[in-house]
Amino acid sequence: MSQVVEAAASEGPSDGPGEQLADPATYDGLALRALTKHFGSFYAVRDLDLDVPRGSFFALLGPSGCGKTTTLRMVAGLETPSSGAITLSGKDITYAKPYQRPVNTVFQNYALFPHLDIFENVAFGLRRRKQKDVDKTVREMLELVELDTQARKKPAQLSGGQQQRVALGRALINNPEVLLLDEPLGALDLKLRRSMQIEIKRIQTEVGRTFIHVTHDQEEAMTMADTVAVMNHGVIEQMGAPAELYENPRSTFVANFLGQSNLIEGNIKNRAADIVTVDMHGIDVSIPAPRAHAPGDRGWVGIRPEKVLIGEVGEELDAPGNTIPGGVVSDVSFVGVSTQYLVRMPWGQELQVFSQNTGRHRLFAVGDQVELSWRPEYAFLLDAAQDAFAGAQKLDSDG
Amino acid sequence: MASTAGTAPVAVTDIKETKDASGRRRGRVGYLLLLPAVIWLGLFFVVPFYSLVATSLFDPSGSDSRGYEMTYHVANYWNAIQDYKGPLLRSLLYAGIATGICLVLGYVLAYAIAFKAGRWKNLMLVLVIAPFFTSFLVRTLSWKLILADDGFVVDALQTLHLLGDDGRLLATPVAVVAGLTYNFLPFMVLPLFASIDKIDHRLIEASGDLYANPIVGFFRVTWPLSLPGVVSGTLLTFIPSAGDYINAQLLGSPNQRMVGSVIQSLFTDANNYPAAAALSMILMLLVLVMVLLFVRRAGTEELL
Amino acid sequence: MTWVRKHLVLILGLLVLVYTFIPIFVVVLMSFNDPASRLIYRFDGFTLHNWANPCEDPSMCEALGRSIQIGLLSTLGATILGTLAAFALVRHSFRGRSVANLVIFLPMAAPEIVLGSSLLALFVGAGFAGQLGFWTILIAHIMFCLSFVVVTVRSRLAGMTDTLEQAAADLYATPAQTFWRVTFPLVFPGILGAALLSFSLSFDDFIITNLNAGNTTTFPMYVWGVAQRGVPMQVNVVGTVMFLVSVVIVVGGELNSRRRAKALS
Repeated sequence: MSQVVEAAASEGPSDGPGEQLADPATYDGLALRALTKHFGSFYAVRDLDLDVPRGSFFALLGPSGCGKTTTLRMVAGLETPSSGAITLSGKDITYAKPYQRPVNTVFQNYALFPHLDIFENVAFGLRRRKQKDVDKTVREMLELVELDTQARKKPAQLSGGQQQRVALGRALINNPEVLLLDEPLGALDLKLRRSMQIEIKRIQTEVGRTFIHVTHDQEEAMTMADTVAVMNHGVIEQMGAPAELYENPRSTFVANFLGQSNLIEGNIKNRAADIVTVDMHGIDVSIPAPRAHAPGDRGWVGIRPEKVLIGEVGEELDAPGNTIPGGVVSDVSFVGVSTQYLVRMPWGQELQVFSQNTGRHRLFAVGDQVELSWRPEYAFLLDAAQDAFAGAQKLDSDG
Repeated sequence: MASTAGTAPVAVTDIKETKDASGRRRGRVGYLLLLPAVIWLGLFFVVPFYSLVATSLFDPSGSDSRGYEMTYHVANYWNAIQDYKGPLLRSLLYAGIATGICLVLGYVLAYAIAFKAGRWKNLMLVLVIAPFFTSFLVRTLSWKLILADDGFVVDALQTLHLLGDDGRLLATPVAVVAGLTYNFLPFMVLPLFASIDKIDHRLIEASGDLYANPIVGFFRVTWPLSLPGVVSGTLLTFIPSAGDYINAQLLGSPNQRMVGSVIQSLFTDANNYPAAAALSMILMLLVLVMVLLFVRRAGTEELL
Repeated sequence: MTWVRKHLVLILGLLVLVYTFIPIFVVVLMSFNDPASRLIYRFDGFTLHNWANPCEDPSMCEALGRSIQIGLLSTLGATILGTLAAFALVRHSFRGRSVANLVIFLPMAAPEIVLGSSLLALFVGAGFAGQLGFWTILIAHIMFCLSFVVVTVRSRLAGMTDTLEQAAADLYATPAQTFWRVTFPLVFPGILGAALLSFSLSFDDFIITNLNAGNTTTFPMYVWGVAQRGVPMQVNVVGTVMFLVSVVIVVGGELNSRRRAKALS
């Protein structure tokens, strides 16, 4: 666990997320080495190295087509890698058939057998392996997923949330070393999704197995997993604990895909041991060195909208950083607990500001002159060569 | 709302990811599974078809006992058209009219089942098929009774003066077309139903919302969307009707034969194999041309 | 009046449905007919005689038995060959797929008279003209039922994603177990439907059979023959029984699925 986080925390653009990788032969978790899958000339997964520690709740997060599902399917044995290796507890399972590996999957749309009842669905894996005490084991599992009263119903007779629990129980009953969850909550409505997130997390804690969860929903990944790997174009962009990924993104993709970020162009003026100073459209801003991930002399200064403070012209803001003057409010959305502003800066860019409605100052209106500020320790610096809009939510996609 | 927009592309790419790799297995097993059926169809459909083509080009002066000689006698075709253009045209005409009536009746029925039957949908569908499990010939015979000269249909039509006092239905083209229409109706209803049932009913409501009156809405929305069903239904009705001679024989008059009847009797009674084969080929070619034109026109490849 | 207008389409649809049942009504009625003369086909009086003596004309029952026998055998043959082919087409990739599709599609697009006459041309050309009978009928029936089986089973298979099979493999089922525990039970309704369709196609076929039957008589051929010289009313008994059996099968299946649907709510 600590290894992974360290690997992610180490800085510099060249180092991959898994630089300090374990020796697969002795590692007790799941290790992917140089895993590649291509369909013709399209690379779904490219040269992927990854350690998933035993017992962790691990999330693979990324937009559709990023290769996360392909990765999962290779671990399940449903897809054969083009090259690379997969080891589990030191055993090479790269080319093992799906029914020969101690890995089970909760499929995207559950894939419950429609012709079998709930009991037989859950018992399926046990029966194939000729296990004893099928009856007792299945009863216990149905209790764990709170479906003991539904044993003799057919899948179609259950609600979405219940089907999802059957799928979970059907996989878990086999005591897999790794449980794979492929967008397991995608088919549920928002409210049910929230409660199932907590439910799955509870079950994971209870059984203590390794869970690998594939999702495109960043909120879901952050709520449930203790380690999140953000994937894009077949590679892992960044990996780490949710809070760390959010607070210290190392690429524009992560900065935009996890939450929202303001990215402002700047020239790097000075690199000291602990502070990098950037000239941002004539204003000097400082960024702590561990949060600076730009190699050249230019970079994107990043700041989360909720970290930006907004105030009247000349007002003392509670931030020891620089004040950026000359903002004009161009849009106001009042959402109750907070107000979301768009502020047009002198250099033409619109910055997002989320301001808690604490009552400390008035609500600004469109056209008001304002000043912005933030604490330097919240800012981060990203490679100017990266696309400032990578990973950003498009207008027509979800939030 | 927003979340559905976001999940749709996920599904698409995931399908692409699995299809390429494991959607269809390669290897010999596929051939082995397919082989028995292909051999059977090869031996008893492709080869016979070849021998039909060959027979159609034999020297017509041969006979069963003396044997035939292959002379590439293309004139068999011209002779067949010359001699039997009456039955050929009659077959196309009767089949065309019957198909047209089937389309109207079948569309009403399929539309009613798909959109208006509610929870009786499946039952109605079953009821459409059920009568057709009763023997084709027995059913056609009962039409003979229904349309008989002293039957209630003729009586009713005479009372309404739609039919002269000595007018009759049996042994007229009307009876033949009625029989064809009746017997091939399910071939029209089922594909139509499959197509209409797929139409999202909200689209029709949307057209109403956008100021289309129900009739305009039907011709602008429902009809175009149901075209695949219309095409396959029309073909499935027209093809067997054009080749049928049971209705013509049982319900029609003996001197208004359809082409199927001519082919049958050339084969079995006259033993004139070259002429029979040529006529059969002409029918097949007409049907093929029609299928191709139709499929082209409607741009649908998934016929069945 | 507004009620009629609101339900106009449904009413018209039901009228069409009623129309499809008119001949059935006649068939049932005539099965109780006590005909005054064999030559005049009309209802003369009520009797149970036809039902009590279905085999009054033994040649009818003989033809009926032969039709059932051919129907069962050709259903068996066509269902096996067709199901295998459907699996190949949906689940396997190979060269010549479009040719295979064409060969399977064409028999359905050809008029029966063409199929029948080409088979006859082959049999005659190969010198089998004297051996036409049971076996040539069977060959022909398997041939034309085959395509319908492929199409029916294929559509069932195509509607099934292979996710369920992947789930089975994931749950330790070997390929053989996956097939027998998951794939086959799920495709079975399609195969059953294809078999029923085959049987009714075979049982009902006249045009192809008539060309390739030689002196052998099937039930439709028997009816054809007696249609010229006076129809025994027992033909309608057979028609009625066929109708009842098919109604029992289809309505039974429908009630079964309805009961299942009811358990859902």
